[in-house]
Amino acid sequence: MQIKESSEVYDVIIVGSGAGGGMATKQLADAGLNVAVVEAGPFFDPKDPKTMTQFKWAYESPRRGAGTDRAFGEWDMSYGDWEVEGEPYTHAKGTEFKWWRSRMLGGRTNHWGRISLRFGPKDFKGKTRDGHGDDWPIGYEDVKPYYDKVDKLIGVYGTNEGLENDPDGFFLPPPKPRLHELFYINGAKKSNVPVIPGRLSMLTKKINDDRGVCFYCGQCNRSCSVYADFSAGSCLIFPAQKSGGRVKIFVNSMVREVTTNAEGKATGVSYISKDDRKEYKLKAKVVVLAASACSSARILLNSKSKQHPNGLGNSSDLVGRYLHDSTGADRAGFVPKLMNRKVSYNEDGTGGMHVYSPWWGDNSKLDFPRGYHIEVGGGMGNPNYGFGLNPNEFNKFFGLKVGGYGDGLRKDVKKYYGSIVGMAGRGEAIARKENYCEIDPTTVDQYGIPVLKFNYKWSDFEINQAKHMHDTFEEIIHNMGGIPLGDKPTKEQDYGLHKPGEIIHEVGTTRMGNDPKTSVTNKFQQLHDVDNVFIVDAGPFVSQADKNCTWTILALSWRASDYIIEQLKAQNI
Amino acid sequence: MDRRKSLQTLILGGAAAGTGMAFNSCTTKESAETITENIAESSEHYFGRTPAELERIEKLNAEQLFTEHDMETIEALSVVILPPKEPHGGPIEAGVPEFIEFIAKDMPYMAPTLVGGLMWLDHKSNTDYGTEFKSATLAQKKEICDQICWHDTEVPLSEQPLEIQFFFMMRGLTVTGYYTSKVGIADLGYKGNQPNVWDGVPQDVLDQHGVAYDPEWIAKCIDQSTRNTIATWDDKGNLLT
Repeated sequence: MQIKESSEVYDVIIVGSGAGGGMATKQLADAGLNVAVVEAGPFFDPKDPKTMTQFKWAYESPRRGAGTDRAFGEWDMSYGDWEVEGEPYTHAKGTEFKWWRSRMLGGRTNHWGRISLRFGPKDFKGKTRDGHGDDWPIGYEDVKPYYDKVDKLIGVYGTNEGLENDPDGFFLPPPKPRLHELFYINGAKKSNVPVIPGRLSMLTKKINDDRGVCFYCGQCNRSCSVYADFSAGSCLIFPAQKSGGRVKIFVNSMVREVTTNAEGKATGVSYISKDDRKEYKLKAKVVVLAASACSSARILLNSKSKQHPNGLGNSSDLVGRYLHDSTGADRAGFVPKLMNRKVSYNEDGTGGMHVYSPWWGDNSKLDFPRGYHIEVGGGMGNPNYGFGLNPNEFNKFFGLKVGGYGDGLRKDVKKYYGSIVGMAGRGEAIARKENYCEIDPTTVDQYGIPVLKFNYKWSDFEINQAKHMHDTFEEIIHNMGGIPLGDKPTKEQDYGLHKPGEIIHEVGTTRMGNDPKTSVTNKFQQLHDVDNVFIVDAGPFVSQADKNCTWTILALSWRASDYIIEQLKAQNI
Repeated sequence: MDRRKSLQTLILGGAAAGTGMAFNSCTTKESAETITENIAESSEHYFGRTPAELERIEKLNAEQLFTEHDMETIEALSVVILPPKEPHGGPIEAGVPEFIEFIAKDMPYMAPTLVGGLMWLDHKSNTDYGTEFKSATLAQKKEICDQICWHDTEVPLSEQPLEIQFFFMMRGLTVTGYYTSKVGIADLGYKGNQPNVWDGVPQDVLDQHGVAYDPEWIAKCIDQSTRNTIATWDDKGNLLT
């Protein structure tokens, strides 16, 4: 079979259409460049009634919303989760990593929690701060102008609180707290845990005429049909096309490798079309990888040539190394004061928390070096599969029998509806060279592309942090007059620390730095080894903060795009 | 098994089915055609499924797990568990038996407990009353249920007798099936899943639960009368509109 090669030479090929790829598409196309976006999944537009799940009721499906086909429930707008059919990954013995992939235009931005936190000044200088990990080659002052622009372009609600490491921004006003959130605020304050309005990229107020305003259905994970939440397709790629940009989108196209010439410079990409299972080539002056931290590392490692025998950009042998996910631990409590609620009103709110706790601790006095924030959940939710599976379980807290049958079950369901408050800690892990992904030469996916093998272990720092999370959760639950549910996880259970990859914030596989021996890209996310290849997903992150990574991906992708435009103008690449 | 554990099992069960490991299709050529037809017909009310997901649903629909008698027994038991009540009906109006049949195929790890439990129910009813469960009187049905409807909360459910596990599963599926249905959601009184404008918890609800809004906090929140005015800021990030 001959590889089919297109004669058109694009200015830029962007691999992946999520946060990083979407932002690069918007900036590069707006600058007049001819852009090809190559996406492994199908086309997706949140407003297409055929794929839309927003406002669907449980009873519209025979499985009532259960998560058989989609890990976060069948309304969740992600095609693919930790398992993608025909696209396996493997593990080094005794290690764990769960790798989420969303195969669709817009990628994971279609279903994510929209928690949009800037990194703070301390987050870019970890090593200076406590000796662990490394400093970034850039600081908050380098990224701040881009965070500001992202806030205004995409929209995020929140408040300026003047906090040192949780910087102010250009926020839309937040929604008022829900009932359980008022309980959380009171409970947290008793333990001196600060609580401030949430920071999420949903439009509580109009920002332009192209996007709708939030109508509070609480379903951002289903992707908003009026574009009132941020998804890369609806907020970046479609607007880039609408304003006349030259954007050609190749969907169902799984990139295999970056192609190079005799000088070792990138010439484009080769990809497998999922429609006919044939290999194609596209040519461009610049290749931008935005396939997600691990997918971009995989593409680089699979791009071996005479000039790049160790994979593209991998002379440092660091591609795939320093992989790290956020830490996570969760706990819920039953709060008797939230029983017997009036159902007179709709409290769906935005698709996520209206309040949260940024990190408050002093790590110099703790047995782990980095912080975490607390996300809050609860309320009178939309019933889906799982609702009432053990309808009167909480009877046990009142010395009443659990189980039975009959009309009383209706009363039990209503009595306990909305009486649970959940907390999720999401924290910073230390980036370690020993945690990595590499190519597993023994296994290929259904497109014949060698797959990733993961090698990842938590250290005591992350485990101790999870213990601290659970201690805090229990204290806050008690402060709310509540009872923690389930047993507190033990040391043997790593204190309930989620497996690596489960928080879906993986970063670090192509980290940036000034020294080509200890980093993969420079501070503009350009490969040290090949000047016309850039990486704009979370791969170049030197460290994850106790923040979610998307807002920083967006800011850095914009920054890298400005640099690409500048370098092309100067004819440096 | 506690609720968290049982949910985990449900999720794990779901994952196993999703990878096709436990998928046991007995599709014939004829039913394959029916499946294709059904997909074409239901694409209008697609509920957001991908073609592959829809195909899997139609394949499950084409399979039969329970016999007609089983389904009648499930119906009979479900209305004992959650008797119908005006004006929002009960398990039959909520489609609970069909839901249970689908779920037992969708999450095949549940099937042995359900199929075996139904057999146990008839055996018990035959032994005690000389009739199958579905034909027993309400009083007889209740006498049987009374013996299996309480589980020991201190012992993992998986270590308790099959009939106890069966009843626990049937009660859970009946309640979740009812409250995820149109009539059940009406009975619950849930007011969401529709566009609206959130402007905080009503005062009577705050009073009922003994909490109050902090005026300083509320001052920072969205004034909903300005939601359709385009946002502009000064250089410091103060909202001007």
